[in-house]
Amino acid sequence: MTTRILIADDEPNILISLQYLMKREGYEVHVARDGQEALDMLRAVQPALVLLDVMMPKKTGFEVCQELRADEAIRATRVLMLTAKGRDTDVAKGLGVGADAYMTKPFSTKDLVQKVREMLVAGAA
Amino acid sequence: MRRDRRLLQTMAAAAAAALALLALWAGGAVGLVGATLSEEERRVLADLLGPRLPLLVMVALAAIGAAVAAAQPLYRRWIAPPGRLLEQARVLASTDTLRELRPDGASRDVMGLAQLINDLVGQREQFKRDIAEQVAQASRNIEQERNRLAALMSELTQSVVVCNLDGRILLYNNRARLQFRALSDAPTLAGGSELIGLGRSIYAVFDRRLVAHALDSVQQRLQRGVANPSAQFVTTTRSGQLLRAQMAPVRGVAEEGADAPPPISGFVLMLDNITREFEQESARERLLHGLTEGSRGSLANLRSALEMLDDEGLGPELRERFIGVARDEAQAMSRRIDEVAAQTSEGLATRWPLEEMLGADLVQAAQRRIEALTGLRTGQHELDESLWLKLDSFALLQALAYLAQRLRDEIDVRSVHLRLSAADAQRARLDLVWSGRPMSTETVINWERDPISAGGETSSLTVRDVVQRHSGEFWFETDRTRHQAFFRFLLPLAQAAREDADAAFLRSDSRPEYYDFDLFARSESSHALDDRRLVELAYTVFDTETTGLDPAGGDEIIQIGATRLVNGKLLRSESFDQLIDPRRTIPAASIPIHGITPDMVEGKPNIDEVLPAFFRYAQDTVLVAHNAAFDMRFLQLKEAATGVRFEQPVLDTLLLSAVVHPNQESHRLEAIAERFDITVIGRHTALGDAMVTAEVFQKLIPLLAEKGIHTLGQAREAAQQTYYARIKY
Repeated sequence: MTTRILIADDEPNILISLQYLMKREGYEVHVARDGQEALDMLRAVQPALVLLDVMMPKKTGFEVCQELRADEAIRATRVLMLTAKGRDTDVAKGLGVGADAYMTKPFSTKDLVQKVREMLVAGAA
Repeated sequence: MRRDRRLLQTMAAAAAAALALLALWAGGAVGLVGATLSEEERRVLADLLGPRLPLLVMVALAAIGAAVAAAQPLYRRWIAPPGRLLEQARVLASTDTLRELRPDGASRDVMGLAQLINDLVGQREQFKRDIAEQVAQASRNIEQERNRLAALMSELTQSVVVCNLDGRILLYNNRARLQFRALSDAPTLAGGSELIGLGRSIYAVFDRRLVAHALDSVQQRLQRGVANPSAQFVTTTRSGQLLRAQMAPVRGVAEEGADAPPPISGFVLMLDNITREFEQESARERLLHGLTEGSRGSLANLRSALEMLDDEGLGPELRERFIGVARDEAQAMSRRIDEVAAQTSEGLATRWPLEEMLGADLVQAAQRRIEALTGLRTGQHELDESLWLKLDSFALLQALAYLAQRLRDEIDVRSVHLRLSAADAQRARLDLVWSGRPMSTETVINWERDPISAGGETSSLTVRDVVQRHSGEFWFETDRTRHQAFFRFLLPLAQAAREDADAAFLRSDSRPEYYDFDLFARSESSHALDDRRLVELAYTVFDTETTGLDPAGGDEIIQIGATRLVNGKLLRSESFDQLIDPRRTIPAASIPIHGITPDMVEGKPNIDEVLPAFFRYAQDTVLVAHNAAFDMRFLQLKEAATGVRFEQPVLDTLLLSAVVHPNQESHRLEAIAERFDITVIGRHTALGDAMVTAEVFQKLIPLLAEKGIHTLGQAREAAQQTYYARIKY
């Protein structure tokens, strides 16, 4: 069974790259374009991991992450936050609301792939 | 008299002593001789001596006389001198009389005693002189230190305010004055002097709790033994400015031998208006933030797309899409950079620190420099002496001298002159003018671009650089009608310094009264004002000019002038001077009296604006005016319209003068001023009259004290009882 991954970001220019990248890694990729859609997809698709952008319409990544951790059904989803907010305080907040990892834009795609792999292994164990 | 009596006493005593001796001798002789004689022999003796008894008595009287005669020199030598010495010594002991004691004709011991007393008196005088000298020296030192401190404070570019524990201002410097002017709600009316002034409360500016809190933390630090305890707070003022205050304690003097550190007797506040700084900082922060976070997203998109392009197995369609992303994001970033650059070019350009300088001083310095370096004759025309400029004066003077030198060398100019006038509210025009041949624009551009060199000194700057430093402009013009040509500099005006110059113009004293350490000792008295002594109160002495004498009939105030009297000192630098638009005509007949013409009040604020400002200026003080009833009637009739009620006590110099000099015919201000020998200047302007009234009041206070009138209550009562008070205005 292929691992399902959700990418939640409102920017088409990053979505196209992330989508291609994750597919190439052999994951089943789903896409959400705002915070609310991300939550709906999480519940519907039950992915193993979500790449979550912070700055999204309707609900921010922080809010999505908090609701996800509060929902029994999807609580176990791995969360990797991807964001342009690079200050220490933003990182602390992301981890504080329940993200498993936090990557600041711009990032290297190699590192991102590596990180996703690690998180999925850790989640499976 | 007294000496005579004592002399008689002495003589009587001598006579009595001689008599007693004679009686003893006679009695003894008769008794002892008689006992050895027989009856027969005694009779013979009696017969023998009996008829000669008068002789014996005469001898005895002679002896007594001799004794009395001897008593006089004895008295003079032994008895009188100690008595005299005693009296003189008593005089010396009980008074300050200085006299050498010389008991002539006295015995040696008494002379010695007198000498000793003289020596002691000499020593006493020496001690007195030493102490007086020390006290005088100490006061000179203190005075010197105070002056030095005041001078130092007034030069500081940081604004400093010193308060006692009640928050009363004891000292402030010019910088603080300017700053408070910026904080004032009514900057053009009271000019901040309703906020800052000796004896005023700092709590008019700062929340009392904020200051108390800062004092608490200073106290705590003191108790923990911190060497330099200070506290900081930032607060917004009523006018929306952001102020940062640093507080340091003023310690009292430690008592000798006391273990505990001396208590705090007041505090120093160092103030910074950080409104602008803060706004700039926030703007910078926003820019930086926008730049970093905005770029992060784009960079992520760009980088990811590029990294995908490295993929060998990418199909042509996807490849095209990734390239599209890269193009798109590169453009987005270019746009963002342009936007940021546009915003920063004004706000974040480094500003060259410019100094404030009186324009007339600059022109004079420029003339001297040009003459010294080029030998050209110089002059000045149309010089606006009131202008203050913000300058890099050194660079500007170099530029002027350089231009003058090139004029001399290249187009044979013999003399130049300088012209200075205001271009608008922000800028001034400084012209370097010469007569004769104009020059080509090209030449001017070359001169502007060449490095400045004059009199053998070369600088790396060009005229254009110097102009840029001032955010100014520079060009060349010809005035054909006058056959003149000139270089024109547009230079920034200094706003604050101009206002300060205006304020300085009002002051007549050489030294502004910015400090009063005697207020340190003063604390808020729990007594009602009536029990407070006249000498220790704070007064607002004021006068109004009006369109006429009938406030109820529609006459209006057209000018209010006031000054402050605190701790017996007239604070000329804290005065209030405001023309008011009466919103009615000014009767022509009244103009010669007050000298205020309709065009002078045009555009001035109305009484509704001025009265609240004056109210704040006068808060916490006793009002003083000459014929106060008149002015108070005008103020009271405006209570409903302006919403301010002057409820503080009022003293009237007219009535007080009548208390002090009940027999004088006139108590007009001029007449009183003349009696007190007060020089009257600027009479019949509101401020001029207020100043005279204040000086009159100053002189009245000690005269009232001579009449036993010491407190405000007593003064008010005495004034009530004068004849003049019974005439209803």
